[in-house]
Amino acid sequence: MSAQPILELKNVHSGYGSIKALRDVSLKIYPGEVVAIIGANGAGKSTTLMTICGIVPLEKGDVFYNGVSVKNIAPEKLPPLGLCQVPEGRRIFPRLTVEENLILGAFYRNDKPEIQRDIEHVYSLFPVLGERNRQKGGTLSGGEQQMLAIGRALMTKPKVLLLDEPSLGLAPIIIHQIFDIIADINKNQGTTILLVEQNANLALQAATRGYVLETGQITLEDKASSLLHNPEIRKAYLGE
Amino acid sequence: MDSFIQQLINGITLGGIYALIALGYTMVYGVIQLINFAHGEFFAAGGYVGVIFLSFFTGLGYMETHPIFCLTASFALAMMYCAYLAIGVEKIAYKPLRKEARLAALLSALGVSIFLSNGLMLTQGVYDKAYPSELFQGGFNFGIITIGYLQVLIVCLTGALLVALNLLVFKTKIGMAMRATAQDKTMSALVAIGSNNIISLTFAIGAGLAAAAGIMVGLYYGSVRYDMGFLPGIKAFSAAVLGGIGNITGAMLGGLIIGMVEIFGAGYISGEYKDVFAFIILIGVLYFKPTGIMGENIDDTRV
Repeated sequence: MSAQPILELKNVHSGYGSIKALRDVSLKIYPGEVVAIIGANGAGKSTTLMTICGIVPLEKGDVFYNGVSVKNIAPEKLPPLGLCQVPEGRRIFPRLTVEENLILGAFYRNDKPEIQRDIEHVYSLFPVLGERNRQKGGTLSGGEQQMLAIGRALMTKPKVLLLDEPSLGLAPIIIHQIFDIIADINKNQGTTILLVEQNANLALQAATRGYVLETGQITLEDKASSLLHNPEIRKAYLGE
Repeated sequence: MDSFIQQLINGITLGGIYALIALGYTMVYGVIQLINFAHGEFFAAGGYVGVIFLSFFTGLGYMETHPIFCLTASFALAMMYCAYLAIGVEKIAYKPLRKEARLAALLSALGVSIFLSNGLMLTQGVYDKAYPSELFQGGFNFGIITIGYLQVLIVCLTGALLVALNLLVFKTKIGMAMRATAQDKTMSALVAIGSNNIISLTFAIGAGLAAAAGIMVGLYYGSVRYDMGFLPGIKAFSAAVLGGIGNITGAMLGGLIIGMVEIFGAGYISGEYKDVFAFIILIGVLYFKPTGIMGENIDDTRV
């Protein structure tokens, strides 16, 4: 673990108008880590990611990426810096083809041959996308859409990848496949991953460290393996 | 039969012009769900910029010696002028209201329309301004049918603009980004597409096409007037609704249909009612199929 976190939230307060979704949230993510945020529905997990990306306005506190504050940087300027999110519900562009969705992941890039190579790389990770490259994004199954959403995010060449509920609504076998790919992205491409999950078991198995978020506040932070064996966590989030 | 073919040609000419205007309504609606009621004013402004430059070139005598250059320059200048005008209008009158209720921007659009139309009246006068009359006299004669040189020019240019727009929207990366912005602005931002730039571009393209239509109408009917944007604007809006608002192919189709119906209605029913047909169609569409011919559903051609 290097000394400087690649992504850091310092005393972040944010929310939608009068609703305070996050209160005094502080997180540190170091290069190469897989960090999980677990918590119940409505705890503020998605808001955390949307605040990092500047979609939900920050009220107090600050977000640092590579040691630089990004709170005044427009959301669309973040992917070129290497910060990219796969949002909840995948949000595939439904009326664009699979390939067009991928090309748009590389919207800010101009290195055509390399973009083509990266598209091929995504197809090698998810062969089903290659088979359906001319199909409309909206016609894919949930699992395929999740693969496309991750593939599209990879096209931005992320250094830090924020993943919001990648397991949501998917069959166990597909979830397995997707988490294998996530581990692969982390190991082989050195991408740092911040993973938000309701499925705590799954998330903590994939992660190196974890945070527990309850009603907008961080209540616990520990190594993922310790959290997995923490009796309170097991009771609250692992259904024991 | 001869008169039928003649009317058909006239219908295509007028329909193409409506299609060009309708595209601006539909593209802007597709991207920010606003009916830009000021769009007809861009069309009028284009007609005026066209007449100003064409008269200027005619005065210098260039029109005789370099007609193609003069036409190209006039079209290009009018389209650019209106593109920037539209970008300015969007930044001043619509962007600050983007987070408010939709009605706010709609009312703002009506205000802009009145403002621009009166601005034209104040600066250009209340009377018709004539296009240089010696342009494009005559045409191809096929017995009883005549196709004016001007009609040929209008149809070819309209076709070229429509093809160019389709290539831009459906074949280029920026066109993809436009469609993505129309579908999901938050997600677009997460893949580095700045929606402000895309919205500006959409306004610019729509207004540019309307400006081209403005010059065509000026050339075709021989003059322009400060309030010329109103009626064609509403008819083109009807065309956009007929085609399915937000749908590019639909707007082209709707424009052609409205143009045809207007010409054939005027020819075979009554010339007095020529302005009524578009609105009968509008009411009919809203009543029976509010989504229009190509509206809704998952469909390629929507923005």
